[in-house]
Amino acid sequence: MAVSDADVRHVAALARLAMPAERVPALVRELNGILGHMAVLESVDISSVEDDARSAMPRRDDTVAPVPLMRPLADFAPAPRDGFLLVPRLSTHSQLGASESDGDE
Amino acid sequence: MHHDFPDTANSLDRAQAQSSLNAFVTLATADEIRTAAARAPAGVMHAMPVAVKDNIATTTLSTSCGSKILQGWVSPYEATAVTRLRAAGAVIIGKTNMDEFAMGSSTENSAFGRTLNPLDHTRVPGGSSGGSAAAVAAGICRIAYGSETGGSVRQPAAFCGIVGVKPTYGRVSRFGLVAFASSLDHIGVFGATVDDAALGLQVIAGHDPQDATSVEQPVDDYRAEAGMPLAGLVVGVPAEYFPASLDTKIRAKCDRAIDVLRELGAEIRQVSLPHTDLAIPVYYILAPAEASSNLARFDGVRYGTRLPSDDLRGMYERTRSEGFGPEVTRRIILGTYVLSQGHYDAYYRKAMMVREKITEDFAKVFASGVHVLFTPTTPSPAFAFGSKADPLDMYLSDIFTATANLAGVPAMSQPIGLVDGMPIGGQLLAAHFREVDMFRAAFALERALGTEALT
Amino acid sequence: MSTAMIADVTAGYEMVVGLEVHVQLKTASKAFCGCSTDFGAPPNRNTCPICLALPGALPVLNARAVELALRIALGFGFTVNPRSIFARKNYFYPDLPKGYQISQHDQPIAEHGSLDIGLVVDGVPRVIGITRAHMEEDAGKSIHDRYENATAVDLNRSGVPLVEIVSEPDMRSPEEAGAYLRILKQILLYLDVSDCNMEEGSLRVDANVSARPFGQQTLGTKCEVKNMNSFSGVEKALAAEFRRQCGVLAAGGTVQQQTLLWDGHKHEIRPARTKEGSSDYRYFPEPDLPPLVITDAELARVRETLPELPAARRTRYAAMQLSGYDVQELTADPASGPYFEAVLSLHGDAKAVANWVNGEMRATLNETGATWDAAPLVPARLAGLLDLVKDGVVSSSAAKKIYALLLTSADAARAIAEREGLVQVRDDDALAGWVNEVLDENPAEAARFAAGEKKLTGLLVGLVMKKSQGRADPKLVNQLLGSRAAG
Ligand SMILES: [Mg+2]
Ligand SMILES: [Zn+2]
Repeated sequence: MAVSDADVRHVAALARLAMPAERVPALVRELNGILGHMAVLESVDISSVEDDARSAMPRRDDTVAPVPLMRPLADFAPAPRDGFLLVPRLSTHSQLGASESDGDE
Repeated sequence: MHHDFPDTANSLDRAQAQSSLNAFVTLATADEIRTAAARAPAGVMHAMPVAVKDNIATTTLSTSCGSKILQGWVSPYEATAVTRLRAAGAVIIGKTNMDEFAMGSSTENSAFGRTLNPLDHTRVPGGSSGGSAAAVAAGICRIAYGSETGGSVRQPAAFCGIVGVKPTYGRVSRFGLVAFASSLDHIGVFGATVDDAALGLQVIAGHDPQDATSVEQPVDDYRAEAGMPLAGLVVGVPAEYFPASLDTKIRAKCDRAIDVLRELGAEIRQVSLPHTDLAIPVYYILAPAEASSNLARFDGVRYGTRLPSDDLRGMYERTRSEGFGPEVTRRIILGTYVLSQGHYDAYYRKAMMVREKITEDFAKVFASGVHVLFTPTTPSPAFAFGSKADPLDMYLSDIFTATANLAGVPAMSQPIGLVDGMPIGGQLLAAHFREVDMFRAAFALERALGTEALT
Repeated sequence: MSTAMIADVTAGYEMVVGLEVHVQLKTASKAFCGCSTDFGAPPNRNTCPICLALPGALPVLNARAVELALRIALGFGFTVNPRSIFARKNYFYPDLPKGYQISQHDQPIAEHGSLDIGLVVDGVPRVIGITRAHMEEDAGKSIHDRYENATAVDLNRSGVPLVEIVSEPDMRSPEEAGAYLRILKQILLYLDVSDCNMEEGSLRVDANVSARPFGQQTLGTKCEVKNMNSFSGVEKALAAEFRRQCGVLAAGGTVQQQTLLWDGHKHEIRPARTKEGSSDYRYFPEPDLPPLVITDAELARVRETLPELPAARRTRYAAMQLSGYDVQELTADPASGPYFEAVLSLHGDAKAVANWVNGEMRATLNETGATWDAAPLVPARLAGLLDLVKDGVVSSSAAKKIYALLLTSADAARAIAEREGLVQVRDDDALAGWVNEVLDENPAEAARFAAGEKKLTGLLVGLVMKKSQGRADPKLVNQLLGSRAAG
């Protein structure tokens, strides 16, 4: 399946990368070149392979101390205020009033 | 090749004297180094100067990953490997230059300029850990640390005529190593000699509860392998690493090294790793996919460079587009594409399965009684700057090294001769957590080749 | 809007509801780092390199979170997967530090459950299917209305462990959704895995609602409703959204899939701000976390720690001949049962204990706000009082007085009864004295009673009780009068 201009623009949007029109054709060409090289995988027989053969994961105690910050967040955050991290508001929020994100989607 | 290695003080002098190499992104000041050396605990590396790649977190000096988006970033916490280095008495003299976020094989992709190969300033030092390789090759320090995702330690080691080691996946903690592709990332070691590399690995190896992929396995004494006989050691030579297309001069140096190993008592066996040619396709699906997710945290919200915009979307896009260089952007796009709806099964999932086949290849060979494998490290010596403009050409220079990252087996490169006046590397690979086998062969080969390695 | 109108719009349509419940697990530290999970700390106080997603930081799974997730899975009877896989759910949002949420996608820790919600429709008990329960980490908070043109991010909640319980689209009314949620919460509280506090966000409910003409098999287009902060809010939101969809369908339109927010103050639904570009999450296995492996031995260990659950407790209490009301009250929360049983073990009469625990004691707790495990009367003192009633030492009316005094003094019930002269008089001479006086003072009634008019017994007993200022033992007075009546 060949990569199209639309694919590159869609993917760039997902990745929050600005994609000036003049950069698209080159990327389309490069991606198709690279992915063309990947086509050899289609023919490989993977019937014998089990999904995710990795071994079991370790767990840690509930009461471990957190890894300390040698410098406070406010020292390195781009826009700290009253302990919060400020970011420009989503354009779709600007007209909306009170409410917070529910965190997890 | 470097008989005398400097103490911390003139290590800095040498670094400054060779600043034109651009091996370092940041250097410690003379005062900082003096203080650190004075306070250094009496460990196996007491007051020994070492260089550390700019993608390994240190609470002093930068950790900018060769990227504008992390320019000037000083980590508020320290990598486990660095903590162990300090505990052993090492003094970190500087953070070394690299391809941005370790994406590259030439150290041409750094936001802070390219690093020169100390042996020929018109050629690349290799990458992505080119700065660390150059620092050792230039005699600035005898041990330096780098990172590997597809060969980023072994390939520059080969290009700069030094020793480079990638341990078993899980042998050295990744905690504090800025992630490129988590399932392929390793911290690796450069040494002027096999013994330097063995010491460098010894100090940072071992289980770390902060890394869920680090493995609880006793750490062997790698340096004790020096002088051990090769009798009984079975060395496999995989046909796939010696294709008809391989440069005959490189093949000749490899044959010489294999003869030496045979003369030393090792049994040489022809073996096959049939899925080798799939390593690059698999690698260039998995690595960019993981990278596209690992680099999402660079969003200008909590740290790093933020480029202003009155809208969140605009802030994200300006920060990331202007913060990342072209190769990183290319890989994020590629990685996002192979994970996106409708493509996951065809690319990512398939690549994961084929990765297992590549791992099985190694498992079978080592189960058959082979202790180590010998191959060339790279298909060519160090190439000239700008000579690999097509990304795919650049990607193919990892062809002999990426397999070890995919399978997680330990591998190392050491000088085995010159081709067109430039060093080339011989690669040794071993079974999981059998670094000792690899080092035994490497010590013996280094000793037997002696100065022939420079011819 | 009038109920008549509502009936009109929704007539002929069936509501279909599936619920996603996010349960915040009761751990001391976050899912993948050592930071505290305490609610209400100053903004970004509970953060570290890991939950801030600093370059190079790595997650390590909290063993307690797994244990609590397994309690949920076993408590509800889900099937536990011996291997479950953590995955990355990729999307950009300021309160999601890594740019992905660590969650579980195609191999969750538990699957395939069901929940009897205690309602019976057309003679059939309503059992709701549960698709899956998976572990994941919470995001932080984005506050959009605090600063001009800026969103304020607080990451204290970022990385707090959650279990998300996803139901099948099996509910058909707001009442069923409410019943599902109340039973779910009751069992979660019995399991002691979460505070289940919707105001503090330790229990969050997202509802998927669709409408379809009755009889239609295929599901209509569903919309997701979020931001309800109470169960009644969920019921109201479902009704409102169902009404909206029916309105669209009735007008010949088609429902557009979208996410809506319930405004608990205005009691209305409004479209949510879309999380731009968050439609394609690019899930893939989390390379920093190997598979989570659960052995049978571990399952057995957790199973042994499971408490008695509401259904079992209800059955046990019903077998004590307690009224349906008493059983309901005593099992509604996890703590009143143990108090009831502590008193029962000392006193023995289940009915009497239930009356007092559900009556006086529950009222006292409501007034004082005390909890069952810290009730103002330890079980032994209440049992002591009930013993006095059973043995006829005090009357039940006197017992109420003594109960009030038990709350304000350290004395035992009997001591108080004696001090307050509330012990019933059972001495024959004294009783005979009062009986004789009453008969003398009421010759007419005495005569008729003596002649065999038994129905006067009540009246005479009452007079004797009055003369004794309520201290005479009514049973004995009865017997005594009986012996005076003509046989
Ligand atoms: Mg969720
Ligand atoms: Zn934390």
